[in-house]
Amino acid sequence: MEFIEFFISHRNEVLQLTAEHLVLVGLSTSGAVLIGIPLGVGLARNPRWRQPVLGFVNVIQTIPSLALFAILIPLPVIGGIGTSTALIALVLYSLLPVVSNTVAGLIGIDPAVREAAVAMGMTDRQLLWKVELPLALGVILTGVRVATVIGVGLATIAAAIGAGGLGMFIFRGLAMLDTRLILAGAIPAAAMALAADLILGRIERRFGARRMA
Amino acid sequence: MAAATNAVEFRSVSFRHASGRPVLSQMSFALPVGEALALVGRSGSGKTTVLKLINRLFEPSAGEVLVEGVPTTTWDPIRLRRRIGYVIQEVGLFPHLTVARNVGLVPTLEGWEPERIHDRVRELLRMVGLAPERFADRYPHELSGGQRQRVGVARAVAADPPLVLMDEPFGALDPITRAELQQEFKDLQAQMKRTLVFVTHDIPEACLLGSRIGLVQDGRLVECLPPGEFLRSKHPEVQAVLRTLQASESLNVQR
Repeated sequence: MEFIEFFISHRNEVLQLTAEHLVLVGLSTSGAVLIGIPLGVGLARNPRWRQPVLGFVNVIQTIPSLALFAILIPLPVIGGIGTSTALIALVLYSLLPVVSNTVAGLIGIDPAVREAAVAMGMTDRQLLWKVELPLALGVILTGVRVATVIGVGLATIAAAIGAGGLGMFIFRGLAMLDTRLILAGAIPAAAMALAADLILGRIERRFGARRMA
Repeated sequence: MAAATNAVEFRSVSFRHASGRPVLSQMSFALPVGEALALVGRSGSGKTTVLKLINRLFEPSAGEVLVEGVPTTTWDPIRLRRRIGYVIQEVGLFPHLTVARNVGLVPTLEGWEPERIHDRVRELLRMVGLAPERFADRYPHELSGGQRQRVGVARAVAADPPLVLMDEPFGALDPITRAELQQEFKDLQAQMKRTLVFVTHDIPEACLLGSRIGLVQDGRLVECLPPGEFLRSKHPEVQAVLRTLQASESLNVQR
């Protein structure tokens, strides 16, 4: 098939863009996790803040992705064309699944378990690390998996603002009406999303199953 | 000082829920070390609240709760709770930890050496009738209700606390298992000079394990007597409680 020939002859570029894509997704998901999980822990402890913060994160999700990228560009410091702006947008988009799953996982813990832990003389930190996070881990990992898969898809749009990645093939292909280019971008991206889903799904099952007894 | 410090003392304690609902009303009593107070009374009378005031899960709205002569509000909450064993009806075993890790939890928090914890866990499991070889590495979801309750009791006394609080610990069990556990616990108690405060709906249990029975009605302690005297009390609420006992006993006689 024509397409496979194209793939092979352009393999260096395919590899490079795939690597760029992986970096975009890896960095943005890590950012979402580093911000989102502590934020979720805070919200689980402070019910009053849950509505406003989750509401805000939700609103970000509803902004069409291309529009979000575009909105960020003219902003000073964090804006501009290129990778950093794309990363900010990707982190914002990946936040909701991580935060809301962290909150849900923590709230879903049997109150008797928490009561027993506190009554035993666990400090807040011990309660969080020895009881709450281990028990919420399965649900939190689901959120991370969802965020990653979303991130892979969204990162294709990052190419539109000059951040590189497999989206470059797709946009170039659209502009030149060249199907091979489009596929050279879309297929690896789809494969990446599937792989992330499978691998993270397996990790999730390993950590999630035992705890919810 | 002439008198020894009481293990637990309530001085005119009142408690209101966050919602404003009054729960306890000027409750006062003193429990000497080594004694066992059984709290009985209708649901909602405030019995569980009494327990939670002792380990500072709640703080009194008025009055003082003293443990070992020191107000709970003065105690460092962590230190206070490590000296108090706590068993609840739902047990609250940590589902992600083995039985051994559950039981050894407070000793672990207290920094005991692993060997000492290991030995203590095995000793306790044997004491509550769960063979360590079979049960130490199991998870809570693999246990029956009765087995979980036993683990809960072992966990509560693991670090050998001087005071133990129990909230209907055997309530969810069938009568046979309940009777077994009550007797096992009584034997456990006989071995240590531990102070015990427990809530129960089971009058025979109150008589078996308690050195004193306290009747809580509408947030007040209306009667507090040793079991023998309690059963002979003329107080209307005590009579109401005892009447339910007689009802179930007559069921047995009719057979």
